[in-house]
Amino acid sequence: MVEMVSRPYASAFEKFAAGNPDILCLSADLTSSCEIDGFRDRHPEQFVSMGMAEQNMMSFAGGLGLAGFRPFIHTFGVFMYRRPYDQLMASIAYPRRKVRLMGFLPGVTTPGGMTHQSIEDISVMRSIPNMTILETGDATEVESICEAADSIDGPVWCRVLRGSVPRLFDTPIKVGEMRELSSGDDVLVVTSGICTEEAMRARSALKEAGLSIRHLHLHTIKPFDAKALLDHIGSVKHGVITLENHVTEGGIGSLVAETMADAGVGKRLIRLGLKDTYAHGGSRPYLMRYYGLDALALVRGTEELMGQSFGISEDDLDDARIDDVHSLVKAEAL
Amino acid sequence: MKNEKTTEEIALGIRRRVFEHSMRNNGGYLSQACSAGEQLAWLYNEALNLGQPTLPMIPKPFEGVPSPDNPDYHTGAGYNGPASPDYDRLFIAPAHYALVAYATLIEVGRMAPEGLEMFNKDGSSVEMIGAEHSPGMEVHNGTLGIGLSTAAGLAYGRKLRGDTGKTWVFMSDGEVQEGQTWEAVQACAFHNVEVKAIMDVNDQQCDGAMDSVMEVGDIRTKFINFGAHCVEVDGHDLDAIRQASEEKHEGKPLIILARTNPFHAMSILEERFPRLHYVRFKSEDERARMNVSIAKDLGVDPVDYAH
Ligand SMILES: Cc1ncc(C[n+]2csc(CCOP(=O)(O)OP(=O)(O)O)c2C)c(N)n1
Ligand SMILES: [Mg+2]
Repeated sequence: MVEMVSRPYASAFEKFAAGNPDILCLSADLTSSCEIDGFRDRHPEQFVSMGMAEQNMMSFAGGLGLAGFRPFIHTFGVFMYRRPYDQLMASIAYPRRKVRLMGFLPGVTTPGGMTHQSIEDISVMRSIPNMTILETGDATEVESICEAADSIDGPVWCRVLRGSVPRLFDTPIKVGEMRELSSGDDVLVVTSGICTEEAMRARSALKEAGLSIRHLHLHTIKPFDAKALLDHIGSVKHGVITLENHVTEGGIGSLVAETMADAGVGKRLIRLGLKDTYAHGGSRPYLMRYYGLDALALVRGTEELMGQSFGISEDDLDDARIDDVHSLVKAEAL
Repeated sequence: MKNEKTTEEIALGIRRRVFEHSMRNNGGYLSQACSAGEQLAWLYNEALNLGQPTLPMIPKPFEGVPSPDNPDYHTGAGYNGPASPDYDRLFIAPAHYALVAYATLIEVGRMAPEGLEMFNKDGSSVEMIGAEHSPGMEVHNGTLGIGLSTAAGLAYGRKLRGDTGKTWVFMSDGEVQEGQTWEAVQACAFHNVEVKAIMDVNDQQCDGAMDSVMEVGDIRTKFINFGAHCVEVDGHDLDAIRQASEEKHEGKPLIILARTNPFHAMSILEERFPRLHYVRFKSEDERARMNVSIAKDLGVDPVDYAH
């Protein structure tokens, strides 16, 4: 049974930031939804309430950076780059301010529909010069995201998980590296964020079907270690599959495609994720099934790559975790 | 459509439905029914001139997002009737008020009660944060602060086309923290857009009391200085709202600030003040106490939520 960790960001951020006067915690009226309500109450001198006014918040954070502070901005990911994209560019990215952008509710982890789901943020951030991109896939990564982000000399975009988060790994994020979760030689599966757990659910069924899977988990999306990825691709016979909680354009699928094309690798690549579509509101398991981001989607992708059916059905996959709807770990509202 | 109920009855009906829903689901956007009940009841029952709904009383399931491969895509605006030149239009700018807006549609006979049972259910179009395919919605407003601009643009476009119907927008006070709201008023004043807005000024936002999150000061004076005609009323006083809506606002947007109480008609919610943005019951005991108390306030039996 996977260990579930309750609100890992809340305690990790407090442990990391409390008492460090150069770190300020900025919030845009989503304080408890981003698990920093306890920090606000216990460390008011380091907390800056910016109201629901994200454009100002971004340039304000740029100004704080100029004054030598390292602001950690907290809100839902979407509200941090869609409306205030211009401010993000001019006030933070271009001048390389040490602003840590903590984007909550990545992709379809929110029932809030199109306006709340950051499905193209990685694509946007990858195209911004000077931006570093980190994504958390388990509780250990959430617990280490603050140190990892703060080790960067420049702005950092982080996709942060909240609430009840599974513990899949026992070592912290090491910026620039990737995790090798299994070392097979038939197919390379590359995942990030919540899709890594999905790929792990498919592991035993694929093994049973006689496939040897090499599985990589990416927490660092930019900068990216192309050489390490190419080595992994070189050690599988059939090709690569990517699975991400994001549109397939511009995310890790694109990253892998570009890496392969740049190096002239002639293997097949199947990119799974949101297929050039917006999403809608619903529970996370439902949306992951509807848009093909779950373990079953990975199995089907593998079958497509191998050109054969393995007869694997939902029942053959490891159990999905069902979140308790009324869990107290859930934030209020969204 | 003819009014079968009084606006007071509809406001009460809205609160009863949102209360029942929140009890069954262990929480919800309950306080928005307290603050905005009169405003939405008044809009639908008195202010708006709307045609018969063009969409089925029982909402259809989610039918896909807009895309070239989805030619039958349509929004949920049909619950407000057809978009004819002489009919009015309404936007619900703060999309988290959707639960209250859906309850209103039911009370005025534009949606079947079954619609509320589909709220936030997987595969349903009745989304928690009103989507543009949700009943009564025409655009996505879940990203706050864009509603007034859309309404202003539509009002301006309709003026150019010679439409006689009015364009209304229901707003929340949190939206005044977003710069776009002020850009919208500025553009309305400059282009003489006579859009009409009613804002639920409940002095609260997600983090709590607005004054503790980001003070906004005297917003009536600010709106006037930006070029709006702005009147402030008690948002639970229907006569005052009616009068405010009669105000002349030639060449300017009309903004009615409806000052409201976020626990109006559900007095026990004051226990949670000023953290009322989303009420999730903290314990079975609290849920049970609130059930009995609110039911009494609303003149109904407590909700049998165990079944
Ligand atoms: C641009 C944007 N930023 C943040 C949010 C998250 N959010 C949803 S509701 C809300 C509070 C806004 O205040 P108000 O609408 O007055 O809330 P209420 O009175 O219902 O508590 C916030 C910050 C959002 N939906 N859009
Ligand atoms: Mg409010």
